[in-house]
Amino acid sequence: MSSEFRNTVRANLAKPEVRANFYRAMDGLMTRRLDQFPDKVELERLRTQSMAIRANALSKLPELLETLEANLTRNGIQVHWAETAEQGNQIVQAILERHNAKSIIKGKSMVSEEMGMNHFLEALGIECLESDLGEFIIQLDGETPSHIIMPAIHKNRVQIAKLFHEKFPDIPYTEDVDELTQMARRILRDKFYAAPVGLSGVNFMVAETGTLCLVENEGNGRMSTTAPSVHIAVTGIEKVVESLSDVPPLLSILTRSATGQPITTYFNMISSPRKPGEKDGPEAVHLVLLDNGRSNIYSDPELLATLRCIRCGACINHCPVYVRIGGHSYGTVYPGPIGSILEPQKAGLDVHGELAQASTLCGACSEVCPVRIPIPSILNRLRYDGVRKDTANTNTVGSGKRRTLSEAATWKTWAWAATHPTIYHAGSTLATRFKGMLPTNLGAWTTVRSAPKLAESTLHQQAKHLGVDHE
Amino acid sequence: MPPTPDTIYFFGTCLVDLMYPQAGVSAMQLLQRAGVKVIFPPAQTCCGQPAWNSGYRDEARSVARAQIALFPKPIPIVIPSGSCAGMMKVHYPELFAGQPDEAQAVDVASRVYELTEFLVDVLHIELQDLGEPLTVAVHTSCSARREMGVADKIESLLGQLSNVQRVEHARKPECCGFGGTFAVKEPEISAAMVLDKVTHIRNTGVDRLISQECGCLMNIGGAMAKQGDAIPHQHIAEFLWERTGGNAA
Repeated sequence: MSSEFRNTVRANLAKPEVRANFYRAMDGLMTRRLDQFPDKVELERLRTQSMAIRANALSKLPELLETLEANLTRNGIQVHWAETAEQGNQIVQAILERHNAKSIIKGKSMVSEEMGMNHFLEALGIECLESDLGEFIIQLDGETPSHIIMPAIHKNRVQIAKLFHEKFPDIPYTEDVDELTQMARRILRDKFYAAPVGLSGVNFMVAETGTLCLVENEGNGRMSTTAPSVHIAVTGIEKVVESLSDVPPLLSILTRSATGQPITTYFNMISSPRKPGEKDGPEAVHLVLLDNGRSNIYSDPELLATLRCIRCGACINHCPVYVRIGGHSYGTVYPGPIGSILEPQKAGLDVHGELAQASTLCGACSEVCPVRIPIPSILNRLRYDGVRKDTANTNTVGSGKRRTLSEAATWKTWAWAATHPTIYHAGSTLATRFKGMLPTNLGAWTTVRSAPKLAESTLHQQAKHLGVDHE
Repeated sequence: MPPTPDTIYFFGTCLVDLMYPQAGVSAMQLLQRAGVKVIFPPAQTCCGQPAWNSGYRDEARSVARAQIALFPKPIPIVIPSGSCAGMMKVHYPELFAGQPDEAQAVDVASRVYELTEFLVDVLHIELQDLGEPLTVAVHTSCSARREMGVADKIESLLGQLSNVQRVEHARKPECCGFGGTFAVKEPEISAAMVLDKVTHIRNTGVDRLISQECGCLMNIGGAMAKQGDAIPHQHIAEFLWERTGGNAA
């Protein structure tokens, strides 16, 4: 079916440097996260609390969004609703036109990636400059993020040094991380002051106060949201929380789960545009709230948990599949375990359903998820939706589209045999008796493994001599 | 402490039945030696997990239903596999939610134990190591670790064996890449995972690989065999039986 995923996976598995970069980065992140939670009881308490906060917010999502809009509007922040990515882009375009803006400077925003905003605006002749260091690097190289927290994590220091030297030949070559960072900082500094519009994402939106919270480490988020005279924030509708007291626990578990930091370097709370007498801040603040399939996910009680995600990336950092194939293999904006449940639901099982198969269901993702999203259960549900016949009973986009006659027939035959013990045992006995005649080439399995060896006789046969009761 | 049950049901699993019957035999013998009567319903086939994980819930349910009927008495069901135990304990209640026989499924789920869990937590088994000095690496299955939460039990059993030295390998908690149908549906990724696991285990220089999961053993052992010079691998039950003089008895 979707051989594009398979092809990318194969290509990336064959790049030892990329794999080494991921291994080094992920091992470091896993250790740092673990160091942040020395007390297991405290960690579990915080996970339960965070899950409850997010579940509570989702349980009254429509109501909280209304409160949020009312309070933001009262504070002077202009709220826009976008049902699709395209609508979101058009809203941004209209704001830019109103301010006659020909360029924007962006803090990091995965939702703008989701909207394909850079391409959209660049086609209109508008320059979009990424100011997050990782995003800056991948933009230089014409790539997309390979991780939701660390977009350029697939690259190592030397690769970045070479890239900078190629793009900025006037600046002396260096592999010193601090010097490279300073270089980017100098290039970006003037852009912050010159850009008419700054764009950012949002980590939490507080309904009761009408506040936008933004977590960041580099100060570029603060620059993007204060230096230009217009600030546009874009985010998904699910990022709302009920009250200000919900934020500290989420912030605390977010940074520790994501980068293993006890606390973030910058925490911005944006509650209004610049007020009279204030020295900085934009004159206008806009919030674009994107649905893009989220309402549909919201409508299913089992799949709703997907929307609890606070975008920490811990599931990605701990995923044994992600670490080997890298974020770009997924062919989606959100990679790794969260991407494998979110993207098939947004785009449809017919489009990205294969991602639900790209998991051993090992559970490393749900073990670390700060809001306890049952990722393996949702993967299982999506696999079911993909092949189920009663598609009228589910809202999942593309339900039933992955069902093939041959696979369905195989499972039907299997179920028939496994519910007829006489047939099943006759088959297994025959298999062990004539095991020498079984094929040793089992396709995919035997590429790197010897064919499984059947025993001389089955447990069922051997148990007869054990004196066990057969009632 | 609740009284030790004197009778249990044994669910052998299809992989043990076909590939590793010695694991099943040893498990039953360990239980019998500890004074537990073992009932092994002969009509058992498979727990239904392959279909469940592939999205074929109706087929999984019909197979699961046939198994549920085999365990009517209110006694424990002991399974020498974390993933089949996880299927019955965690997923049967999900699979049968809203079905007429939901109560039976929940009842069966409530009586399920993974073998090492049962040996340690219920039987409080005491082992005497009669074997020669040996080094082992332990691979704990993801289902035993995360779904059943019993990964420490195999460690505790091996810890009782005075002549057995456990050697840790790199990224020990990481999945071996089996994942049932995953190994077939995503063969390249699975291959990368199992080859890394094999390297980590080989790097320990141990004499033997031990696990509580035959699926993982088949995957890791198969990859080692393909490379030649495979480290011997065994299910924990077989290893324990051998170390405690089972074969001589």
